[in-house]
Amino acid sequence: MKNRTSPRGRSVFQKAAAAPHVVWAVMFIIAPMLFVLYFAFTDTDGNFTLSNIAAIGQYGNTILLSIAFALIATVVCLLIGYPLAYFMSRTSPRTQKVLLVLLMLPMWCNLLIRTYALMALLDNGGLLNSLLESIGLPRLSIVGTNFGVILGMIYDFLPYMVLPIFTVMTKLDKRYVEAAHDLGCNGVRTMTRVVFPLTVSGVVSGVTMVFVPSISTFYISQKLGAGKIDLVGDTIERLFQNTSTYNIGATMSLGMMILIILSVCIMNRFSDGEGRGMII
Amino acid sequence: MENGVLIRLQGVSKAFDGETVLENVSLDIHDKEFITLLGPSGCGKTTTLRIIGGFETPDTGDVFFDGVRINDVPPYKRLVNTVFQKYALFPHLNVYENVAFGLRLKKLPEAEIKAKVQEMLAMVNLKGFERRHVTTLSGGQQQRVAIARALVNRPRVLLLDEPLGALDLKLRKDMQNELKKIQRQTGITFIYVTHDQEEALSMSDTVVVMADGKIQQIGTPVDIYNEPVNAFVADFIGESNILDGTMLADCKVRFSNHIFDCVDSGFGKGELVDVVIRPEDVDVVPLERGMLSGTVSSVTFKGDYYEIIVDVDGFKWMLETSDFVGVDQRIGLSIDPDAIHVMKRSEYSDTFGDYSTFSEEMDHLSDVTEEDAT
Amino acid sequence: MMKFLSRFYMAIIFLLLYTPILVLIIFSFNEGGTLSEFTGVSLTWYGELFSDEEALSALINSLILAVSASVIATIIGTFAALGLHHMRNRYIKGAINTVTNIPMMNPDIVTGVSMMLLFVAVSAMLGSRDLFGFGTLLIAHVTFDLPYVLLSVTPRFKALDKSMSEAAQDLGCTPARAFFMVDLPEILPGIVSALMMSFTLSLDDFVISHFVSSPNFQTLPLYVYNQTAHNVKFSMYALCALIVFIILAILLVVNFAGSFRSVRHRKGGA
Repeated sequence: MKNRTSPRGRSVFQKAAAAPHVVWAVMFIIAPMLFVLYFAFTDTDGNFTLSNIAAIGQYGNTILLSIAFALIATVVCLLIGYPLAYFMSRTSPRTQKVLLVLLMLPMWCNLLIRTYALMALLDNGGLLNSLLESIGLPRLSIVGTNFGVILGMIYDFLPYMVLPIFTVMTKLDKRYVEAAHDLGCNGVRTMTRVVFPLTVSGVVSGVTMVFVPSISTFYISQKLGAGKIDLVGDTIERLFQNTSTYNIGATMSLGMMILIILSVCIMNRFSDGEGRGMII
Repeated sequence: MENGVLIRLQGVSKAFDGETVLENVSLDIHDKEFITLLGPSGCGKTTTLRIIGGFETPDTGDVFFDGVRINDVPPYKRLVNTVFQKYALFPHLNVYENVAFGLRLKKLPEAEIKAKVQEMLAMVNLKGFERRHVTTLSGGQQQRVAIARALVNRPRVLLLDEPLGALDLKLRKDMQNELKKIQRQTGITFIYVTHDQEEALSMSDTVVVMADGKIQQIGTPVDIYNEPVNAFVADFIGESNILDGTMLADCKVRFSNHIFDCVDSGFGKGELVDVVIRPEDVDVVPLERGMLSGTVSSVTFKGDYYEIIVDVDGFKWMLETSDFVGVDQRIGLSIDPDAIHVMKRSEYSDTFGDYSTFSEEMDHLSDVTEEDAT
Repeated sequence: MMKFLSRFYMAIIFLLLYTPILVLIIFSFNEGGTLSEFTGVSLTWYGELFSDEEALSALINSLILAVSASVIATIIGTFAALGLHHMRNRYIKGAINTVTNIPMMNPDIVTGVSMMLLFVAVSAMLGSRDLFGFGTLLIAHVTFDLPYVLLSVTPRFKALDKSMSEAAQDLGCTPARAFFMVDLPEILPGIVSALMMSFTLSLDDFVISHFVSSPNFQTLPLYVYNQTAHNVKFSMYALCALIVFIILAILLVVNFAGSFRSVRHRKGGA
C-alpha cells in the first residue's frame, strides 16, 4: 500500500516546524544573494550600471590563470587520488578503517595550518632546501612560483578527491568485478569498462570538491605564491577591503558563482550528482 | 450492547488523493468474535482496520464502539490495540520495556506492571526473554512480543494487520493455532486482516471478503466456501471452475451444453447465471458414464491426489482425483446436484474461473508480488 | 607484485600527505626557532603561545561561537527537517532544499562576501552602525551550518517507521508524547552528528568568518591568519601542532568509542 499520511498525523506544530528555517533562509541566504546582484549592477552611488561587467576585463588574465590552476590541480588530484582510492578499497576492512582515519585527519586540520605547514617545508629557508644544501644540491625555489601554488592546491585538496571515490568504491559490489572477469575482461578493461563507470558519481563529487575551493582560494596563493601570484580569490578579497570597489568585487563573485554553477551542472550530467555533502 | 454488536461501521467511505479505497462499507463486529477481513492487496481491508484503530477518519459514514460514535476519538483513547504489520516494536527498548510500554503510560505501580508483563510473556512462550533486545529476536519471537505488547493492556478489541505475513510457512501454521488459542483464552475480539484465504478459513468465526473497497460477502468460513455470492469470492476462496449458465427452471441449470439438476432456486426463468463447481466435487468416470466429456491436458501430482486440467469443448476445468489419468486421455465428468452452486451474475462474471492460462508458476508469482505489495 | 605496488603507492602518498604536518610538529619543539636545523627539544614556543593572551581569547571566542552556532543551527535545522518531512508540496520542498544548499555549493568566498554585503547594507540603513562582531559571525556560521544539519537529520526522518509512532499512540500516547518517546530516540543519532559536524565546521571556518568579523572578536583561524600574514612565528607552529594533537585524540576516541559500541551491540546488551 502506498505511503499515505493521514490528516490526523499532521498537526499545526509539524506544519510550522520549518517556518524558522524558511525565515532564516530568506533573510540570510536569499537576501545576501540579492545584495550581490544589486551591488554587481550598480555603481558606488547606487545607480544601475553595466560598467562593472566591462571592468572585469582588466582581470581577464587573473581569471584565466585561476581556471587553469584549478583545472590542473583537479586533474592531478584525480590522477593521484583515483588509484589511491582504488588501492585503499582493496585492503581488508580493518586496514580500510585505519586508512580512512589517516585520510580524514588532514581534512579536519585547518586549511591554514596545512598550507602554512607546506610553506614552512618548501620555503627558501625551509627544511627541504637546507636538506638539499647539506647534500650539495642547488636550492629549489618553489614558494612564489606557479608550481608552488598548484602544489599547494593539490596537497590541500587531495583528500577531498579521494574520500568520495573511496566511499563509492567500498560500496561497489565485488561481484561486478568478478562478473567482468568471468565475461573475459582483463584487468585494464575491467577498470575502464566496469569499475570506472560505476564510480563516476564519486569522481564527480571529488572533482567538484577540489575544483570549487581551488578556483576560489586566496590563502594558498598568498602563502605559496608569496604574494607574487594573484588569483580570482585574491582579487575578490582585495576588492572587498575597500568600500569603493565593493561593486566590482560583487560582479567578480557573481561571475565566479555562475562559472561554478555551470561547471557543477555539467559535471552532474555525468552522474546522478550527490553534491559536496558526501564528505562527512 | 445491542445483539452483542461491539463495533459497527455504517456506510463508511474513504478516499486518498481522490482515489476511493473504501466505498460504503457497513459491518457489524460482535463481542468475543474472531473476524477476518480477507481480500487481495488494495481491497481496503487495511484501511478498514486503521479506521477502527483510529489512525484514519472516514470521509463519510460512522464508526460506533459499544453504541458510541467514535469517529473523532484518537487512537490513544480507544479501547483497541493493534498488532502492526511489521510488528513496529520499539528498537530502543528491550522485550520487557516494549511490553510494559502501555502499562507505564497508565502509571500502574511497578509491581503490577511486572506481574502483568511476566504473565503475558508466559502466555506467548517468551519467559526469560525480558532483557533481550528486540532486534536480536527471530521473526516469530518478535511477533509474540508484538502480541504481548498489545494484549497486556487488556483491550476490548485486538486488531491484527497481516501479523503472520513475514513468517515462513511452518511458523505461520504454528502461530495460527497459537493465536486462535490466545483468542479463546482471553475472550478478546480479534479483527484480523490477511490476504491468505487458507489462514482466514482456518482461524475465523466470521470472514469478510473484500474487493475494490467493497464488502463482497460476510459469513462463516463454511458459508463463504460453499455458498460464494459471486465469481470473485468463488475464485478468491479456494479453486473453482466458474461457468456461464442459464437457469431453465428451479433446480435446473444448463451449462457446457448439458442440463444439470441442482439445488438452487429462486432465479428467473432463462436468467443468465454463474455456476461454480469446486475441483474436488467433480467425479472422474469412464467416458460412457460421464455427463460431460473432455481431454486431459495436464496432470500434476499433489501428494494425496492428482490435480488435472481437462479441456471440455474449449473450457478448461480443474479437477482433483485420486485415480491416475494420463495426458490426452478422454474422460467423463459426473457432477452431483449439490456440487453445483449457482450465483447471480456480477461485475466479476467472466473474469475468473477458467484454467486455460493456469500454471503453477504464475499462481506462485502472483502470491509473492501480493505479499510484497502489502 | 600488484599488491606490493599498491602498498608502495599508498605509503608514498600518505607519507607526502603527512610530511609537512610532521615537520611542523617536530619543529614546534625546536629550541632554535629555525626550520633549517634542529638545535634541541624545548617547549619555548608552547610557553610563548600560552602566555599570548590574544591567542587564548581567540580560542575562547572560537569555542563560544562554535557552540552557539552549532546549537542554534541544529535546533532550527532539526525542526526544519521535521517540517519538510511532513510537507506535501514537492515543489515548495524542493525549493527550500535548493536554497538551503546554496551555502554548501557556493565557494566559501562567495558566501562570505554575500553575507558581508548584507551586513554592510543593513548597517547603512541603520545609519552606519557598525554591526560586525559576534552577532554577524554567529549569523554567518548558523547559515553555513544549516545545510549540513539538514543533511544529517533528514535521512533519520525519512527512515522513521510511521507505524512506530502509531504503535505508541495505539498503546496510549498522545501524538506529541509518541514523538518524544518513540521517534526522538530514532532521530537522536542524526541530531548528535549534526551538532558535532556543525561544531567542527564552525571551529574550522576561516574564509566566511574573514569577511564578517571585526578586529574586536577574533576566532582562532582568524588569529592564525593574522599571525601568519607576514613573518613566520614559531608559536604558530606550536599552536598548529596542538590543534593536530587534539584532532588526532578526538578521532581516536570517536573511533574507539564506535568499536566499543558495536561490540556491545553484537552481544545484545542494552
